[in-house]
Amino acid sequence: MHKPAAPYARLRRGLTALCAAALCSALPARGDDLQDASKFLKAGQHAQALERVNKALKAKPRDPQARFLKGIIVTEQGNSKEAIEIFTKLTQDYPELPEPYNNLAVIYASQGQYEKARGALEQSIRTHPSYATAYENLGDVYAKLASQAYDKALQLDSSNSGAKNKLSLVRELVREPTVVAVAKEPSKPKEPAKPPAAVAEKAPEKPTADSSAEVLKALNGWAEAWSKKDANAYLSYYAGDFKTPGGEARPAWEKTRRERIAAPKSIEVKVDSPKVTLRGSNAASVTFRQDYRSDKLTSSNTKTLELVKADGRWQIREEKAGK
Amino acid sequence: MRGVALFLAALGFAVAAAAASPEDRLSAVFEAIEANRVDEAMRRIDALLRDYPNFRLAYLVRGDLLLARARPLLTFGNVVKTVPQDRIEGLREEALARLRAMRSRPSDDRLPRYVLQLHPGQKHVLVVDSRRSRLYVFGNDQGRPRLVADFYVTLGKNGVEKTREGDQKTPIGVYHVTGNLPRSKLTDFYGAGAFPINYPNEWDRRRGRNGHGIWLHGVPADLYSRPPRASDGCLVFANPDLESIGRYVQVGTTPVIIADAIEWSDAASVDAERRSLNAALEQWRADWQGRDTERYLGHYSQRFGAGGGQNYAAWAAHKRAVNGAKSWIKVELSRVAMFRYPREGDFVVVSFEQDYKSSTLSNTMRKRQYWIKEEGRWKILYEGAG
Repeated sequence: MHKPAAPYARLRRGLTALCAAALCSALPARGDDLQDASKFLKAGQHAQALERVNKALKAKPRDPQARFLKGIIVTEQGNSKEAIEIFTKLTQDYPELPEPYNNLAVIYASQGQYEKARGALEQSIRTHPSYATAYENLGDVYAKLASQAYDKALQLDSSNSGAKNKLSLVRELVREPTVVAVAKEPSKPKEPAKPPAAVAEKAPEKPTADSSAEVLKALNGWAEAWSKKDANAYLSYYAGDFKTPGGEARPAWEKTRRERIAAPKSIEVKVDSPKVTLRGSNAASVTFRQDYRSDKLTSSNTKTLELVKADGRWQIREEKAGK
Repeated sequence: MRGVALFLAALGFAVAAAAASPEDRLSAVFEAIEANRVDEAMRRIDALLRDYPNFRLAYLVRGDLLLARARPLLTFGNVVKTVPQDRIEGLREEALARLRAMRSRPSDDRLPRYVLQLHPGQKHVLVVDSRRSRLYVFGNDQGRPRLVADFYVTLGKNGVEKTREGDQKTPIGVYHVTGNLPRSKLTDFYGAGAFPINYPNEWDRRRGRNGHGIWLHGVPADLYSRPPRASDGCLVFANPDLESIGRYVQVGTTPVIIADAIEWSDAASVDAERRSLNAALEQWRADWQGRDTERYLGHYSQRFGAGGGQNYAAWAAHKRAVNGAKSWIKVELSRVAMFRYPREGDFVVVSFEQDYKSSTLSNTMRKRQYWIKEEGRWKILYEGAG
């Protein structure tokens, strides 16, 4: 899988990321200028970031990553007009990408143009029906439009009711392959809906039903730690050689995870219909439906964890969307 | 072939859409919501608001449709921020009143019990059902009412049965339109125009009711309509509705009957009551013409009061003297109208052209009488110029 190399800029709000594998491979590799631009942007050095991204664009004027990054830089600089131009052009050139629509919507919303924001977000979702950020933002835009309609119904002055819009600008064109969710009450499924099906693929060392139960216990513990927003406990479920989804270094990945877990007020992660496949006595995979709910996001998707048994504990070695 | 059919269907829809009132269109929005066709509901409400951008209730519905996409609705008019609840409540009540009226129209065989007889010159009668916030226009079909249109109406803040100046109530009773004030002579507050009615009438005055200036009128330009209970006692309509009503109104002639809740009846019962009253009226006329003063006076209630304020005894003495002095009297009645008075039981307002000729005096006048039933007999409680 292609590794998104862009640094993860701090997000205003728990940013969701869904796998866009097809997109990843379609995008050209980025050069150093682009990486530098990202770093400057992250450091808040917009002028330098802009300079680097312009340099990258000189070499590859149509490069979507560079154009997207430039859109974010000029947005942050407050140059909404140019940002709108950049993102609009991106939606025309790459109508299959949901992110430019989303960011267009964020800018429109910041200008109070909620109908336009709504149009762009609905486009984004038409492009990617499972694009969680757009849904979340669209929810905010609908609520805002509803509020304006109510103001008209009740003859209230809308102008000063402008609670600051809190839409999420998407910072990356390529999204992480895992759902970043976050949550609320611990909701350890005490009894999985269906008894886990233990499937021995080779059974060389006689894996038993006990192993399956251990894997499930680990899975539930992981979900519970996440739901409790206990980042230490949550991270302890990951093996030392865990393959980070973006290929980033372990500390960087951990930092991101901690931020994501800390951001929402509450998180609730539910595991549904887990199916354990044992590969010998020390390796297993479990596929399940992950229902994630936080005050900021709700998502539901299928996930597969590859686990290894080390030091007597089942630990996550890889986390994949889908089966 | 199919293309043609589709085209005709589209055309038919377009024609229907053009003719549909804002209320019909709002009703279509609710139908779409009920059928879970939310996108259609949204399209319809947007189109309605494009045509009627001051229709506040439509904004409330639009707000709900939008908010429902963001979160589950807890109520109709799910306004999130803290606002004056009475304003939302007013819009909710308007929605209910409009929907109720659209969904339960009186069937063709139901008639308002009040309209016993229209005279040939009265082309229409307006009957208000206060509880339903609805004004019904009945055409004159050979003296009998036939429903031709109905409109949402806003009444007094404090409800009905006006008794005092400033009580912000709408009167209950039988009135008629006394004037036509065009838009040009009014402030924007009255919108498309105004039609004053004759509150307080003779009966109101006898009951000691006061106040004045009860009109049918429109709304300011920045409004489409007002909640069901929002006026100071006037009957307030959307401007397009007031303009429609104006086409039915004849100044000095069109009756306006305001009821609490309309009592509906059937044609046979209304006919029977009309015949019974016509018989009493004819007997009164015949006894007067026959100069049988005692029988004539027998048609009047002991509680009778004349327009000049005389009581029964003084008035009876006067009649005996006057009638006795004539050698002949001839009385002809025409253009007779009869309306039961809401809330007063057996109480009917009768008005007619009276052509009176006698050996000493002749005159023609329009007369109004209030007839009540006393011990099973119709008697006159009041009479005066109408």
